[in-house]
Amino acid sequence: MRFRAKIVDLACLNHFSRVVNTIAKLAKACTLRLTAGKLYFILSDKVANGGVGMWCELCQGNFFDEFQMEGVAPEHNEIYLEVVPENLSRALKTAQSAKAVKIKLTNKHCPCLRVAVELPSLSSSSRIVTHDIPVGVIPRRLWNDFREPNVPDFDVSIYLPVLKTMKTVVERMKNLSNSVVIEANLSGEMNLKIETDLVSVTTHFKDLGNPPWASVDECQDSAQDRDLESMAEARIDIRKLQQLLAGQQVNPTKALCNIVSKRIVHFILLHEDVSLQYFIPALA
Amino acid sequence: MKSFLGIFRSLPLLEKTVEKCLILLRPRASRLVVQLHCKYGVTKTHNLAFQECERLQAVFDTQRCASQLCAPARVLAEAVVHFPPTLAEVTLGAGPGGKLSLRNYVEDETELKKTMVTELWLAEDEFQTVAVVPGSHITFCLKEFRGLLTFAEASNLPLTIHYDVPGRPVVFTLDDAVLEVHLVLATLSDTESNLQPPPTNGVSHPPAPSDDFADDLESYMIAMETSAYEEGSGAPPSPTFPLRTPHPAESDPEEEEEEEEEGAVPGTPPHKKFCSLFFGSVLMPRGPSLAPTQEVLAEDSDNEY
Repeated sequence: MRFRAKIVDLACLNHFSRVVNTIAKLAKACTLRLTAGKLYFILSDKVANGGVGMWCELCQGNFFDEFQMEGVAPEHNEIYLEVVPENLSRALKTAQSAKAVKIKLTNKHCPCLRVAVELPSLSSSSRIVTHDIPVGVIPRRLWNDFREPNVPDFDVSIYLPVLKTMKTVVERMKNLSNSVVIEANLSGEMNLKIETDLVSVTTHFKDLGNPPWASVDECQDSAQDRDLESMAEARIDIRKLQQLLAGQQVNPTKALCNIVSKRIVHFILLHEDVSLQYFIPALA
Repeated sequence: MKSFLGIFRSLPLLEKTVEKCLILLRPRASRLVVQLHCKYGVTKTHNLAFQECERLQAVFDTQRCASQLCAPARVLAEAVVHFPPTLAEVTLGAGPGGKLSLRNYVEDETELKKTMVTELWLAEDEFQTVAVVPGSHITFCLKEFRGLLTFAEASNLPLTIHYDVPGRPVVFTLDDAVLEVHLVLATLSDTESNLQPPPTNGVSHPPAPSDDFADDLESYMIAMETSAYEEGSGAPPSPTFPLRTPHPAESDPEEEEEEEEEGAVPGTPPHKKFCSLFFGSVLMPRGPSLAPTQEVLAEDSDNEY
């Protein structure tokens, strides 16, 4: 099992650290899956995570100048690592002016991701900072836990309003309630609602548009013959939603959400070379 | 300290309005008086209560430290930003090829598997002087070091680090025409070197920690002595008392100043000349009985070997 990668370009480095920062805001620990072409940050929707799931996918070619990996076996050319994204984010934080950043999988006293940062210095030779981030190597028999989640059989799929606006609204609502009802219909309307004994607040968003899902996909037929005006709703933990919105450091080109009535809300944030899916289960 | 800082909180405003500042000590009334003489005849008087405390004197001699480093504060400040703000201790080490390393100190094996270890290498030519024993290393508190660096960076002074073997104090010094700062920090002693008490260096004998406390900082003594003497203040230096100084007195006036500080006995009336500030003496209390009786404890553990 081998892995080494190198980033030289500053823009790529900043972009990569923004992605890592976003992940660090969403998950304390997550799985880093490495394949020849892609990197994945995965949080499987176990009960321990409060049922929240995350799937973030990035093409290595758009970030790394060098990327070599060798999985456990040629037919399973993948590496699964358990990492604390906060560590990775911290290691990259002080690398903003780096000449080069190398990431390497090492095994000295324990398996580590070694992030070696080459920084400019006042003298002729450059400063080298290395961060050894302890990781857990996930054995192959557990890999099945980290499969790409399917797009759920949603009732309504809708584009999200500008995330910043949504974030402000949700942050205000968070002071009033622990949960928020997110509801939407197929005519581009979405509402965020909180209802407590004292107060009810609803924020209405209009003309958001509904993404066209290929109707060939059979699983989406519950959305097919649906009344355009009727709302599908799910009540979710407001902190989880707020976390997702506040942690966004990568400005997505497209943001949408799929609502499975009373079951789950599936967020998809798309960027040119990064995609982030986030699942928040509905509260009972 | 906080109330003292409060007086000087808004520097730009003070610079505009204050013409002179008078600081008086009234030992009888246990008051430190700060008078700010402002424009238009306004005088602001601050009466600060103080408690006389037993003085903790760091006994050190920078001349006898085996290793010495000098670097612009900025280089060191840029080096420590790579460490997390919550980190307690760092290890400074002299590596091969004249390179110097800083890495976060991790207490034991099990922790090593959970914590991110950050190591930074600085080339020799980033320092102004490097005279270190090859392979030497010391571990000390990062928080206090950061504090000093902030100060040193602001005043744009080079920082000199004097250190000896692990367990002996490390002394950080700043020198300037009007200012002389010594920060003495305890260093973590090596587990191996505990078997033998460290060489005494002609000064006070540091207590060799018992095995249970092998990893503890020996004496949580952090003293920052700031001696600021303004030129032309007119006040003659106070007479030199005969002192039981650990090292031969030198004729250098600055040295004398420093020795006066060192030789002060608890209970001596406070110096008229300047203030000596202590940044807390105990960092992490490790059980109530340990601190006051540390030396006795050490004797016992020595006998066990």
